[in-house]
Order: sequence, then C-alpha cells, then structure tokens
Amino acid sequence: MISSNRPLSPHLQVYRPQITSMLSILHRLTGVALAFGTLLLTYWLVAAASGPEAFAGAQDVIGSFIGRLLLFGWSFALFYHLCNGIRHLVWDAGYGFEIETAQRSGLIVVGASVLLTLVSWVAGYIMMGGA
Amino acid sequence: MSLRSPLGRVRGLGSAKDGTGHWWAQRLTALALVPLTIWFCISVIAMTGADYAAVVNWIGSPLVAGLLVLLVAATFYHATLGLQVVIEDYVHGEMTKIVLLLAVKALAIVLALSAILSVLTLLFTRA
Repeated sequence: MISSNRPLSPHLQVYRPQITSMLSILHRLTGVALAFGTLLLTYWLVAAASGPEAFAGAQDVIGSFIGRLLLFGWSFALFYHLCNGIRHLVWDAGYGFEIETAQRSGLIVVGASVLLTLVSWVAGYIMMGGA
Repeated sequence: MSLRSPLGRVRGLGSAKDGTGHWWAQRLTALALVPLTIWFCISVIAMTGADYAAVVNWIGSPLVAGLLVLLVAATFYHATLGLQVVIEDYVHGEMTKIVLLLAVKALAIVLALSAILSVLTLLFTRA
C-alpha cells in the first residue's frame, strides 16, 4: 500500500528544538498525564461517597510519599496545561502569532505554572499547619 | 477538482461529516474548565487536612455539587476529545486505532459516571 508510507503528522524528530515547539509538545504531554490524573479525581470522589473508612484509605494513599510525588507532578501538569490552554485560546481568537510574542508568552506560561505550583504547595502545607 | 458546489460541501460538513464540531467542542470545554479548575484548586487547597465530615459536607452542598458535576463532565469530555486527537496522530494501525478510541470513550464514560454518581450520593445523603 502506497499510502502507508506517507509521512503522518506530527513528525517530531526532523525539526530543531525551539521553545515554541517544545512547549507545544509539553502541552500534549501534560494533557495526556492529566487524562490519567482523572483516575485520582474519580478515586477521591468515589471514596468520599463510600464512607469514612474508604476515604481514610484514599487520604493515606494520596498522602503517602509516592502519592504526594504524583500529586506534585499532576499539579504542575494542571497549571501548565491551564496557562498554556489560555495561551491557545488567545491564539484561537487571532492574537499573539508574532514569533517574539509567541516566545515571550511561552516563557510567561512556564513562569506562571511553576509559580502557581509552588504557591499551591506552600499554601497546602500552611493549611496543614506545617506537617 | 470537485464537481460539488462550495455550498454542497459546506452542507456535507467535509469528508468527516463532522465539520468543526470537534474543534469547537474542545474550545468550549476548555473555556468552561478555566474558571471551574481555578475554583476547584483553590477549594481543595483550602481543605488540605480537613476531616471526613468537612469534606463530605462540602461536596454535598447544592452549589458545590452542581459545580463538581459540571467540572467532571467538562473534564472527561475535554480529555476524551484530546486523547482522540493524540491517538489519531500517532496510532497508524486501523484496527488498533479504532479499539483504542472506543476503549478511551468507554473508560471516560465509566469514570465520569462513577464520579458524578458519587457527588449525587453525597448531595442526597447530606445530614
């Protein structure tokens, strides 16, 4: 079949890495990661509806070292995907396509998502009384 | 060259018979998820360390339950649309692609339903 040899989109390996393309790929990666993160959201809600023992079990899983590590990764993925998603919506409205603007908005998105992640975790630990 | 008129092609919604439906649904759910996600993150951070009664009471209050159902619905819809594009881009075997697309949709429906029914359970059993 001739058609099976056609190059299909997105062909990642042939381009020189640039901030705009790297952030585009990161948007996709964080999106897929967050799709798996919906398992945690569902688990948390189902545990809450199942009763105090199930909820305590879920809190133990989420509060464990691995649980916190996953949650930290997902929180960054969520904030990055949220900020970069807003950047995408601005593009959809027809603004911000100049190369310099796109590079600057990319850096702002990275800075904002790192900041939001750190602020959230500091706020969370303060809520727990520094535990 | 196509013998169909531009109007005929527009009415047929293109080769996928879907027009811009997928693209538009992804943007609309994205737009809805911006305020819903920010609200959810702030709420969860504010509840860090809260006990079972406080969490259940929060989920089961009418306004919160309604927003949670919207959050869950928009999240799973948005995630399914996104995963669909990723699968269509990178999975080239026709059979594998169809199986994966159907599996993602089925799983999303099961998870979304479980999450929504949990919220409704807490809404209707709140003391």
